[in-house]
Amino acid sequence: MSSHTHHDEPFYRKYIWSTDHKIIGLQYGFTALFFLLVGFVLMMIMRWQLAYPETPVPIIGGLLGDTGILLPETYNALGVMHGTIMIFLGVVPLAVGAFGNYIVPLQIGAPDMAFPKLNAASYWSYLVGGIVMLASFFTPEGPARAGWTGYPPLSVFEPGQTIWLIGMVFIITSSLLGSINFITTIVQLRAPGLSWMRLPFFVWAQLVTAFLLVLAFPPLESAAVLQLMDRVAGTSFFLPSGLVVSGEILNVSGGGSPLLWQHLFWFLAHPEVYVLILPAMGIVSEVIANNTRKPLWGYKSLVFAAVFLGFMSFIVWAHHMFLTGMGTAMSAFFQTTTMIISIPSVIILSALFISLWGASIRFNTPMLFALAFLPMFGIGGLTGLPLGIGASDIYLHDTYYVIGHFHYVVAPGTIFALFAGIYYWYPKMTGRKMSEAIGKLHFWPSFIFMNGIFMPMFIQGLAGVSRRLWDGGLESAHASGVLQWNEFMSISAWLLGLAQLPFIFNVFYSMKFGEKVDENPWDSTTLEWTAPSPPLPHVNFDNIPEVHREAYEYSVPGRKRDFTPQTVPKKG
Amino acid sequence: MDIPYTVEERSDTGLFNAKLGIWLFLASEVMLFGGLFSAYIFLRFGAPDGAFHEWGQELNIPLATLNTLILISSSVTMVMSWASLKLQDIKKYKLYMGLTLLCALVFLVIKYLEYTAKFDHHIFPSTNTFFAIYFTLTGLHGLHIIGGMIVLFYLWIPGRKMWLSNSEQFTNRVEIVGLYWHFVDLVWIFLFPVLYLL
Amino acid sequence: MSTNHDTKDIQQHIKVYMIVFATLAALTVATVAASYLDLSRGEAIFLALAIASIKGSLVASYFMHLISEKALITWILMLTAVFFFILMLFPMTSFIDQAQLG
Repeated sequence: MSSHTHHDEPFYRKYIWSTDHKIIGLQYGFTALFFLLVGFVLMMIMRWQLAYPETPVPIIGGLLGDTGILLPETYNALGVMHGTIMIFLGVVPLAVGAFGNYIVPLQIGAPDMAFPKLNAASYWSYLVGGIVMLASFFTPEGPARAGWTGYPPLSVFEPGQTIWLIGMVFIITSSLLGSINFITTIVQLRAPGLSWMRLPFFVWAQLVTAFLLVLAFPPLESAAVLQLMDRVAGTSFFLPSGLVVSGEILNVSGGGSPLLWQHLFWFLAHPEVYVLILPAMGIVSEVIANNTRKPLWGYKSLVFAAVFLGFMSFIVWAHHMFLTGMGTAMSAFFQTTTMIISIPSVIILSALFISLWGASIRFNTPMLFALAFLPMFGIGGLTGLPLGIGASDIYLHDTYYVIGHFHYVVAPGTIFALFAGIYYWYPKMTGRKMSEAIGKLHFWPSFIFMNGIFMPMFIQGLAGVSRRLWDGGLESAHASGVLQWNEFMSISAWLLGLAQLPFIFNVFYSMKFGEKVDENPWDSTTLEWTAPSPPLPHVNFDNIPEVHREAYEYSVPGRKRDFTPQTVPKKG
Repeated sequence: MDIPYTVEERSDTGLFNAKLGIWLFLASEVMLFGGLFSAYIFLRFGAPDGAFHEWGQELNIPLATLNTLILISSSVTMVMSWASLKLQDIKKYKLYMGLTLLCALVFLVIKYLEYTAKFDHHIFPSTNTFFAIYFTLTGLHGLHIIGGMIVLFYLWIPGRKMWLSNSEQFTNRVEIVGLYWHFVDLVWIFLFPVLYLL
Repeated sequence: MSTNHDTKDIQQHIKVYMIVFATLAALTVATVAASYLDLSRGEAIFLALAIASIKGSLVASYFMHLISEKALITWILMLTAVFFFILMLFPMTSFIDQAQLG
């Protein structure tokens, strides 16, 4: 076996056209963080209009037209792009592309992903998709503005949708290539001795996620193809006969149905929710096990819950469609499956809570984010139940309540978990820790302002304020009692933006000035901590590790140290 | 340190990496065409009674039957080219691979004739939902043929030098591409009756 | 590399491929012929899909070697098949309800 020396690779091979999973992971990470920032800025602009309707936006108002006021169509476009960028270009690439790429091969003791070139292709396809999305801001038509769900018939006529669909096709392709790679890597490249039940939970979460992406994304791709055909070739997949637009009957063959899009879209988009949340649960499990210095409580039930969750997520999609005229029989079926799918989520959350019991917890920055994830995700999950029941959903559908619900899952939920992951694995990537003091300066304001943004949304939503109003409910009588919250939420949002500055500073500052640490600064058991920090280019480990025990042997009575790495042989 | 199991099989799964990878890819392809097939069912249900059958009468069944036979033949020559490699017979491999490409080319030519005949009769994707889904399904299938041909051509001429350096991996590559090629054939086996005969 | 035993195996395979090829061709002709029979709509659909399924499984089993493939692949495909059928069923969901209302 050759031990290639890769030291003499030129810069562009090492950092740009790289096939090393660690470099690709970092490329994914930085690109995704950039897109998270973009998506966040778009939302901060929208929040100005909601807080102070029809007043000129400060600072960037000049970009929005002569008056500086955010126009309704621009507001809609920003809404679409905020959703698209946050989900498809921010959170998923960060959770799966970045953490999956960097950590999974290390945690299973592999030298790289199974298909390194495919891995690079996946990143570049993602980048092209992202650039296409960004480019849509600079086209004469402007970006898509028919809702991030792209519902027809509106989406067939609104300008900007074509370029959005093309961008989506690139992003979907990237996800498919990536997830095929993940599954193959996890199945084939596990180190000797690393049997399925010895895998860290994070790897399990990534495996289930990859299966969801492989099987649920293609129907959306076919839906995107159909919508492109509707827009470009004049077909009527989603256009019913006799459709009237602006007072005139449309000159198309008709015979299609907007419902077809909704079915195909939600067939992906519900599993997508679990694509967003499972890797986050994985990260939180790693951080919690490490900082409670205890084995995860109920490891096996966590694994089975995650697998069951993945399976069930394919048969709940129509709970997004209770208001489409579905009859009671189908509604009853889908609300039953929706109630069932909450069980594995509760199992996972409970297991993580119980893991805290009786532990002497280390409250470092990653742990603070992981701890905050638990109640935040809990709120997000529990507020979902009324939306999963047809009767209450009829009232709450399309109100700010829905926005509050899923943002609790994804923003203080998943994004906090991602922050936890960044603080936790940063020493592995750089050989230095991120500053704890600045980290806490990042955590506490983020935690407070996140709730400041999203908690009032439940109040507004329960009052019936629609999520799509350009004026934030100014002209709606039923909203008058809860309008004062708009300004409060907007200020919270801007302060949340401010609270991210310490984080950005910390990432770059600690690269140079962070505390230097050895390869296992957190006294962790899993395999990635046996590799040098940063792991060797292309090979990761000095020697392929051999695994002798389960993933979380913390504080085993009678041992000298309170952790036993997976590579330590069992005696006798 | 090279990536393990690129050529040899891992003992507990019995697979080399690309074998698993291609099957996962094919699984995603099943779901991709699944989305379109389900759109077909949806539109057929929504159309007036018997309309889909009537609209389908415009299609040319003899040509499509011929095309089905050609595609099946290309599947056979594909599997034969792999078997030739297994028998260490690179000459036969070249012959069968060439035949596979030829079949694919003929398939596309016939498809082109069918399309132009439709356009001449002023039948377009926008004509009705049947032709919308007909053009989308066959078009996407055609793209799969073209994509497959590019890879087949690579393995036929420029990529063949690997046979000398690493014959086992080359045989694996041919097997993997073959799996994809048979899948494209398999899709057509369902497209043919669904679009032309029902 | 390839032993005598392997060679025999492959030659056996080739015979099978030829039989499958002939069967596929015959079934193609059969399905076209069946479409000219005087069958009801439902019967015609059932017959055509049944023949297509037989052809499809022949291709998958012999050309794609699924019949002797490892268990893991079979499991993945079975999972895919389940989701494929769910995907096929959802058009029905919309129409079941309409039938109820109608």
